[in-house]
Amino acid sequence: MTLAQRGGWITGIGLALLAAVYVRALAFTPVERFQGPAQKIFYLHVPAAWSAMLSMGLVGLGSILYLLVRDARFDRFAAASAEVGTAFSLVMLTTGPIWAKPIWGTWWTWDARLTLTLFLFFLFIGYLLLRGAVTEPGLRARYSAVLGICGLVLLPFIHLSVYLFRTLHPQPIVLKPSAPSLPGSMLVTLLASFAVFTLLYVGFVMQRYAVSLLREARAGEGEGEGEGDHA
Amino acid sequence: MLSAEGLRHAFRGGRVVALDDVSFSLAAGQTLTIFGPNGAGKTTLLKVLAGLIRPDAGRVTVAGGRGAIGWIGHHSHLYGHLTVRENLLFWASLYGVPPSARGVNAAATMRRVGVADWANQPVWSLSRGLVQRAAIARALIHDPRVLLLDEPFTGLDLKAAAALRALLGELRGAGRSVVLATHNVDEGVELASVVAFQRRGRFVQLAPRGGRSAAQIAEQYRRAMAEEGGGAGGGRGVDG
Amino acid sequence: MADLLRQAWTVARKDLVLEFRTRTAIVSALVFTALVLTVFNFGRDPTAVPTIDLAPTILWVTFTFAAMLTLNRAFQLELENQALEGLLVSPLNRTSLYWGKLIANLMFVALVESVGLPLFVLFFDVPVGRVLLPLVGVIALATLGFVAVGTLFSALVMRTRFAELLLVVLLLPFLVPPLIGAVQVTALLLGGRPLSEAAGWLRLLAAYDIGFVSLASLLFRFTVDE
Repeated sequence: MTLAQRGGWITGIGLALLAAVYVRALAFTPVERFQGPAQKIFYLHVPAAWSAMLSMGLVGLGSILYLLVRDARFDRFAAASAEVGTAFSLVMLTTGPIWAKPIWGTWWTWDARLTLTLFLFFLFIGYLLLRGAVTEPGLRARYSAVLGICGLVLLPFIHLSVYLFRTLHPQPIVLKPSAPSLPGSMLVTLLASFAVFTLLYVGFVMQRYAVSLLREARAGEGEGEGEGDHA
Repeated sequence: MLSAEGLRHAFRGGRVVALDDVSFSLAAGQTLTIFGPNGAGKTTLLKVLAGLIRPDAGRVTVAGGRGAIGWIGHHSHLYGHLTVRENLLFWASLYGVPPSARGVNAAATMRRVGVADWANQPVWSLSRGLVQRAAIARALIHDPRVLLLDEPFTGLDLKAAAALRALLGELRGAGRSVVLATHNVDEGVELASVVAFQRRGRFVQLAPRGGRSAAQIAEQYRRAMAEEGGGAGGGRGVDG
Repeated sequence: MADLLRQAWTVARKDLVLEFRTRTAIVSALVFTALVLTVFNFGRDPTAVPTIDLAPTILWVTFTFAAMLTLNRAFQLELENQALEGLLVSPLNRTSLYWGKLIANLMFVALVESVGLPLFVLFFDVPVGRVLLPLVGVIALATLGFVAVGTLFSALVMRTRFAELLLVVLLLPFLVPPLIGAVQVTALLLGGRPLSEAAGWLRLLAAYDIGFVSLASLLFRFTVDE
């Protein structure tokens, strides 16, 4: 079985399990007392945020490893991880406002976690734009590794500054985005969803990794004669 | 002075081979002239020798390290809005020439390559030939023990080219090692103590010049390039 | 260490000489600063929001945008006649090259800020006399961090198409912590509050500076080698 096929299978299983999680969330998990059915979106929202964070962490790790050992596999992995992370942060950013409108009464607030994910999204986009702008593979790998590492170091600073910013200003919301302690059955559903999203991350990354392998192979076939290249 | 062992390098993830098992060693006072068509990997080799490109495999040793290398590439490396003298003083200070010697060195080097009359002109205002001479002055400002020259005759008129040949002859006499790469068999032969033909990253010939005349070397070169089919100018280019 | 700094200064001095000989970049940056401050004056409702509440934001948005536009200059000028290649062949240490560019950029931005601050005081009638020294300190603290990141990133984008635009897109997320910090501390200072209230922010700014100056010094060589 090829890498793409294996990735496809894992993604398929992940999606099936996600459906199962939602059957459990909708039919077998109690409705949250204050938020009502809107809270159900949390089983999508929170794990998506988790996967986006995981992606950024692994982009950073892949970048560090690439610069240390210069193995193209780490670069491909970091790139795949960034693409998948973009998708997950987009899921997080779209589900957030859908939930926030009925609960907070507003589509968007500058909540620390929400802001962090927004910048996570911007970082992923910047990372992918930089990759698109550099054609020589060796340079592209090094440049994006430098950016990946800087991005990883930036996240705690953004979190800290947004957090300090919030605590100095009156909070416009009464409800906290997540209850401090979830009832047992909700927690089980949420944890199951975390596991499923991690599985989806693995499946997606395997497929994107396979795509970049294919792309490299095709670039090799289409290689023109006498192409100047000074690196 | 300068040695290379088993250099290999490829671009684009291994698809364009620029260096294929290149080894040589050069003593003080020797000049290696590398002939090869465009795309043979000459520029890549010089860049590897200069430490600009880290090769995929192999090792380069230069007695004295980076500071001992004088480099003339395809570009002048001069700042257009600085005068010739200011450029030379800047590069002299980067190469660790002591402050007291910089002015004297700059003046002497400019006289040597014939740009002394333009010392206080900004580089952007100079003609192409003068810029090339100033670029040679830049490479010599720290009196390097190893000179790496990539197509140094480009842009020079006949008189300036003859002056450069005379200069390189002097440097060889003073015990400097020179590596000169060119695609033109008619230039640089008389300077060579060692001759190499490079093709698709490989040295297809590496031999002391011996008693060979320029015409004999040119003939051998054409034959070497015609072998293996394809003819000169073929192959996957990396020299641009 | 002394040798690294000496080389860095050689590079920075050369950059500054080149800059003052052409003057295009510095004059453009100064005019840009004056224009943004003017636009801000008309882009607000003076009867609704007191100037003092908006002042820190105006000051910092102006400074960060002016700085961002000047950063590309540092490595663009090395592409003329491929001077960068010459620098990389020479014994110049990579870290010295980065520091040289950082020093030149900092002096450049400092000049823009030293003209921007009096203009800001003049246009918006903000009393800075009492807090001038701490204010300059905060400006220096915030500027160092984002110019350090910006200098590194300008080396990443210098050979790409649309380098100016790409630099802004890459750099803006990195401006958030210093920008928020600088605005908050400036607001506290202008509001006549003691500096001790800003301790958390000052620590954040200092940590950002230390973190990113060291990280960029470490990573810079990967942007120019080979």
